[in-house]
Amino acid sequence: MLNQRSRFIFSALCFGFAFLYIPILLVIIYSFNDSRLVTVWGGWSFRWYVELFNNENILNAALLSFQIAAITATFATIMGTMAGFIMARIKKFRGRLLFSGMIASPLVMPEVITGLSLLLLFVSLQDFIGWPTSRGMNTITIAHITFSMAYVAVIIQSRLTEINESLEEAAMDLGARPLRVLWDITLPIIFPAMISGWLLSFTLSLDDLVIASFVSGPGATTLPMLIFSKVRLGVSPDINALATILIVVVTLGLCIAAWITSRQNRSAK
Amino acid sequence: MSGLLVNTNNSIRENLWRYFIVAIPYIWLLLFFLAPFVIVFKISLADPIIAQPPFTPLFNESSDGGFSIYTTFDNFLYLFQDSLYFVTYLNSVKLAFIATFFTLLIGYPIAYGIARSPQPTRNILLLLVVIPFWISFLLRVYSWMGILKTNGLINGFLLWLGVIDQPLELLYTDTAVYIGMVYSYLPYMILPLYANLVKLDVRLLEAASDLGAKKWQGFLDVTLPLSMPGIIAGCLLVFIPAIGEYVIPALLGGADTLMIGRVLFDEFFLNRDWPVASAVAIVLLLLLVLPIVYFQKKQAQETSEATA
Repeated sequence: MLNQRSRFIFSALCFGFAFLYIPILLVIIYSFNDSRLVTVWGGWSFRWYVELFNNENILNAALLSFQIAAITATFATIMGTMAGFIMARIKKFRGRLLFSGMIASPLVMPEVITGLSLLLLFVSLQDFIGWPTSRGMNTITIAHITFSMAYVAVIIQSRLTEINESLEEAAMDLGARPLRVLWDITLPIIFPAMISGWLLSFTLSLDDLVIASFVSGPGATTLPMLIFSKVRLGVSPDINALATILIVVVTLGLCIAAWITSRQNRSAK
Repeated sequence: MSGLLVNTNNSIRENLWRYFIVAIPYIWLLLFFLAPFVIVFKISLADPIIAQPPFTPLFNESSDGGFSIYTTFDNFLYLFQDSLYFVTYLNSVKLAFIATFFTLLIGYPIAYGIARSPQPTRNILLLLVVIPFWISFLLRVYSWMGILKTNGLINGFLLWLGVIDQPLELLYTDTAVYIGMVYSYLPYMILPLYANLVKLDVRLLEAASDLGAKKWQGFLDVTLPLSMPGIIAGCLLVFIPAIGEYVIPALLGGADTLMIGRVLFDEFFLNRDWPVASAVAIVLLLLLVLPIVYFQKKQAQETSEATA
């Protein structure tokens, strides 16, 4: 029996999820539209997918973006894990306040400011020490590592504050050296959090338009930069096809990850 | 004796490891996060010139080998004199504020509904909130272009219903920017609200209703005040990025949708005026310092309460 309140909650949920998903579903449906006019239905077809895989510009941009994202995710996970460990476990060292400020700020910094300030840094560095000789993949990767590691640090820090320090202390009491504790106890515990951090960094890097536009040079166009320059002029059918592929991949990945964690939780019980 | 020696050696080595773990991220952040801001500040005090790089140097080597320092506040004065920038800052705050309000209005019932759902459904609903968050921001904003266009779906539907006989101007307006912001930032609002509402002790509501409170009184006097930390966290997570937003006004907004992120972008890429762009960035940062510091203080409070 539904009373008035649960009916209200139910309709709020229906409205909310319709709002979240209808635009995404429409993009998927229209990616199979045969007509060049995006909103006129011309029958089902795969022609935009075929066109997409024959478009060398899009394929090159996608390759570049995936390379940057993979390198970014790996380095951001390593340094973000260090930073999260510092925030959760090393309570005292000189300059801790500055460190905690610097690791938290990238999360809330407007992208235009991060992008502008990093570009000005790269230009000044080039002036003074001659590096980087050109801007492109290298500068975009450095910029992406810098903001992604902040997200990884938050994930690792919250995981480390969640788990009890007594496990590590017990190992230490039984004579294990701090490094051995780190390697045998702490790292295995935070390993799932490191995986989430890697995936989040990968997605953030793959998604970034504004910062990459600032720090990139003339030779390097990432996938979001290419998409933006196309959709600025209006809706375009091959971008619908590209969006559909990305949506399906992301959704499948998330559902598999959720399925694995729920199975692990069940077996843990 | 020898054991003692090994021990000190080991502890020195472990301390070295500690330094190593702290030093790597520390140096990286100093170089690629803090130093860039110093440079932005430096360039905001320079004059634009036609050269590579397009601004005057801070230190000038004079003919007798000495140094002189050149700074100017012209760029900041220019921001105050040209009303365009003042109007843009105000407009960014207004757009971000209204968008945050509507995100809260739509997000609260959803978060409440998820928090009150039975367990297996709750996890699925949460996953459904998180999925759009992982799908490209750019593509989610883009998805609204096809809906809001003059010959898009909303207009097509309304024309077909006969409610209107002329298509409405929806895309490239402030309304489209609001829709894009609410849509893009909704997960940022729902997740902290959910995390707060799910902790709410239902017995408090039962006690209120036992004492004669109506359902809506229980909500207003118990649930809403207790969920205040979640509301504040969610609102700041929407408001802060919304102020500096570039993609949404660039794709959905009209030429007259003034937002500070967009003005900075154009000043930099179209006018190539790096000093003024830097000054715009500094002022934007000052505008955001208060909400950011407030947010971090709240977060620190939450964590210290959680560990206590």
